[in-house]
Amino acid sequence: MSARIITITSGKGGVGKTTATANLGVALALLGQRVVAIDADIGLRNLDVVMGLENRIVYDIVNVIEGVCRLRQALVKDKRLPELYLLPAAQTRDKSAVSAEDMVKVCEQLRNDCDFVLIDSPAGIEQGFRNAIAPADEVLIVTTPEVSAVRDADRIIGLLEAEGKGPARLIINRIKPDMVRRGDMLDTPDVIEILAVELIGIVPEDEAIIISTNKGVPVALDNKGQASLAFRNIARRLLGEDVPFMALKDTSGLLGRFARLVRS
Amino acid sequence: MPSSREIAKERLHLVLVHDRTDISPGLLQILKDELIAVISKHIEIDREGVEITFTQGKRYNRLVADIPVLGTRGRKG
Repeated sequence: MSARIITITSGKGGVGKTTATANLGVALALLGQRVVAIDADIGLRNLDVVMGLENRIVYDIVNVIEGVCRLRQALVKDKRLPELYLLPAAQTRDKSAVSAEDMVKVCEQLRNDCDFVLIDSPAGIEQGFRNAIAPADEVLIVTTPEVSAVRDADRIIGLLEAEGKGPARLIINRIKPDMVRRGDMLDTPDVIEILAVELIGIVPEDEAIIISTNKGVPVALDNKGQASLAFRNIARRLLGEDVPFMALKDTSGLLGRFARLVRS
Repeated sequence: MPSSREIAKERLHLVLVHDRTDISPGLLQILKDELIAVISKHIEIDREGVEITFTQGKRYNRLVADIPVLGTRGRKG
């Protein structure tokens, strides 16, 4: 085995990096891949709660780096998917507890034991971001169709190019088809034209995401909704499958509301 | 009235030109003033008509100076 190390980053906070990491981890594991998801947001860990594994954490990545435990001991096994693991961030430490070299070392140890290492990057362009991209073979950038998020994504693309970490691929998250239709939201082609990067997924806004975060059950696990499908499609694209981008459903009209009623 | 989507696109295009080149609108103005001063030493130009713009390539930008020339001083004199 030689894992692909993929970092999920964004620049701006709150655009869905952690949600994307959790769901891609789940979706890849459902496709039979052995996945380790690393929370690289030291001091502000959240991947554990989004994956629903917060009560099973014993050690964290800083413990591994400081030699308090072995790497294997810190890996939290997902209760639902035997091939999915979480390496949690430390909550009571800060970014200075980890260096880029430490991250590379941890990832190289994991490389022979799994198919994918997914790294959930912290927001920003500081040390935490640098640590998260240091070991990456590939980078996925998450953005929303908003001016501030797209601007920050552009900055990240520039930094990745300077580091020789490109070309990154883009996930456009939380797109609202009805707003796009009304001319009140940037559409996928707008964002792609502006950023000039390859698209790997479009994820529509979906209330199921908030519900799933409430429960600690990522949507990709069993939800039949649009966001779940979108994340599962991205996982298949990561595995080289040619999956067409889905047509987004407009749920604002009468038909859409009816469809929502039927689904719920 | 352009849609807010169109406005967002236009604003992003402009702000990213400055972000990517690290040239602020203020610096652009300084460049423009200095260019006008230097070129005016040698040729007569329409100062009001000078336009300094960026044209966008895929991920690279080009600084374009459009300077209307009225005639060289040499010829006039």
